[in-house]
Amino acid sequence: MKLCTILTSAAALMALSGAAVSAQTLEEVRERGYLNCGVSPGVAGFSNPDDAGNWSGFDVEVCRAVAAAVLEDPDAVRYTPLSNTERFTALQSGEIDMLSRTTTRTLNRDTALGLNFAPVMFYDGQGFMVRDSMDVDSVSQLNGATVCVSAGSTTELNLADYFEANGMTYNPVRFDRADEVLAAYDANRCDVYTSDRSGLAARRLVMSDPSEHVMLPETISKEPLAPAVRHGDDQWFDIVTWTVYALIEAEEFGITQDNIDEMLASENPNITRMLGGEGSPVGEWIGLDNQWVYRAISSVGNYGEIFERHVGPDTPLQIERGMNALHTDGGLQYAMPFK
Amino acid sequence: MTETSRHLPLRTPGSVLGPAAWIRRNLFPDWRQGLLTLLVLWLLIRTIPPLIDWLFIDAAWTGDRDDCVAAGGACWAFVGARWGQFIYGFYPPEHRWRVDLSMLALLASIAVLFLPRVPNKGWIITGSFIALPVVTVVLLHGGMLGLEVVPTDRWGGFMLTLVVAVAGMLGALPIGILMALGRRSRMPAIRIFCVTFIELFRAVPLITILFMASVMLPLFMPQGFTMDKLLRALIGVALFNGALMAEVIRGGLQAIPRGQFEAATASGMGYWKMMTFIILPQALRTVIPGLVNTYVAIIKDTTLVLIIGLFDLLGIVQAGISSSNWLAPSVTTTGYVFAGFGFWVLCFGLSRYSMHLERKLNTGQKK
Repeated sequence: MKLCTILTSAAALMALSGAAVSAQTLEEVRERGYLNCGVSPGVAGFSNPDDAGNWSGFDVEVCRAVAAAVLEDPDAVRYTPLSNTERFTALQSGEIDMLSRTTTRTLNRDTALGLNFAPVMFYDGQGFMVRDSMDVDSVSQLNGATVCVSAGSTTELNLADYFEANGMTYNPVRFDRADEVLAAYDANRCDVYTSDRSGLAARRLVMSDPSEHVMLPETISKEPLAPAVRHGDDQWFDIVTWTVYALIEAEEFGITQDNIDEMLASENPNITRMLGGEGSPVGEWIGLDNQWVYRAISSVGNYGEIFERHVGPDTPLQIERGMNALHTDGGLQYAMPFK
Repeated sequence: MTETSRHLPLRTPGSVLGPAAWIRRNLFPDWRQGLLTLLVLWLLIRTIPPLIDWLFIDAAWTGDRDDCVAAGGACWAFVGARWGQFIYGFYPPEHRWRVDLSMLALLASIAVLFLPRVPNKGWIITGSFIALPVVTVVLLHGGMLGLEVVPTDRWGGFMLTLVVAVAGMLGALPIGILMALGRRSRMPAIRIFCVTFIELFRAVPLITILFMASVMLPLFMPQGFTMDKLLRALIGVALFNGALMAEVIRGGLQAIPRGQFEAATASGMGYWKMMTFIILPQALRTVIPGLVNTYVAIIKDTTLVLIIGLFDLLGIVQAGISSSNWLAPSVTTTGYVFAGFGFWVLCFGLSRYSMHLERKLNTGQKK
């Protein structure tokens, strides 16, 4: 872990000092004809190769939306699967144009590592899973419980902080690797399993009997997962940022992949302006053509559609919208106006 | 005396022949051995039938995740659905014949080694092993002879495992030979360089080298200069294993008696002639087990490319078992069993092949 920290810091330092990475990402992508997008090598629902060998998932859709906006083709993407340690150097060295890889936005990454984060695509956080038979429905009832957790992770720190702050005690059972933690919980060595909620949802399915386990409602940490670009290219940052906003705004306006053509003729000037109707300035302002929002939405659908397709209640992961609902439904997803 | 020997065949007691006697002689010669036999038998009865149940009888052969969960056994449907991906990675289906052809080329150059004595066999072997990488690169990567370019990020699965392993093996052997010779050289510059190289690469874990190649190297490169990620990894694997191999080969060189060097020099041979025709053939033959050991380790080390985001056989299986439409315990186990079997086939094949090679080359030297 220490080695990784040193490596990334050294990498960041070099990226900041010497190589002023070209500010012409848009031109480079256009010239190249495809977008280089960094994704995770396999996180259920977020990015995975499907049976046909195409990348699919929640994170992958962001790459597709940007490619549709910039290159008029959502399939003009080359995916670079990146490990945890590699992801930032790959971005800094110019190997990828954007990173869409379950990455938490933090002060350190935003500043010292030289990244710019687009709006949050997924509000994740640490949650708890227990056996249904325990008849527990809140973390406050877990005083004295045995908890399975990854050793040396932020998960472990959050757990300690939370229990201490609430005046409760617990017995941690620590393991180095995530699958060991899972196996121990599945083998009934602890009462509680704690990890990020999206991860818990996926791991519940690989337990011997998924229906035995329930998630508790509390979320005890902030893990806002957002796409990132590197410092130094404001136009490219704007494009990625506003592509994400476009997906969220589309849901708020009720624009879907299916009805987008009818929406072009909408009475609402906000909708027609965003979709690049007559006299719309959205293309000119951002340095693309007027149809960029239209293409992004018609290629991948609005935010809600993406959520439902990959991680929502109808998928095996069965993640509720929760914090990821629109602000109008009591969630945190709030797009800035396209004006 | 004569009477006894004449009667002997007739008197052979039933208790030393036949299956019952065999069992008694081999499985129950005394009570301790008998106890062990019973213990092993009990273990086999406890493990084999459930394994067969899981692997075949309760297995789901077709269908999707729900069928696998319902079946309770292995989920071969998952392997079936992703078979193409496991073998070819993301290689475009319409170009997969190029991968097949390269695998055939690999098999052909291995088959060449099995040839009976034909004239110029040495040259045929050397030629085929020089031609193999060229043919493979042209076929797999394309961009020449009217073949469409398939970038290396589309490579994966079993095919990538083979590419990394074969490149590691073919690259490591010449590096190893040169470094081993260099380490024994009388020229200080060459000797110091070789010792430094060997000690440096041998003392560092392969993971570190791969990390350097994939994470740090791009930052030292001039802006705009990009080198293929797979190529960087291949060079790293070849250098690392070259250093290991150098020491194996040096062991062989030291086993050659001084008389061989002196005799070669006395018959007027120069350094390279002596090494090529007298010393190395003997030295390499001596260290075949060590070489094969390194080769088997190379095959197994290929899985480390996973950490730099390349999908070898294990990597692509892991990506598959974590995709949301296949999340189930039986899928996870089946995936790992399949990957393990793939590697076993490769490594076992290699070790059988090396035994064959040893038998063939050791004629007249058996002790």
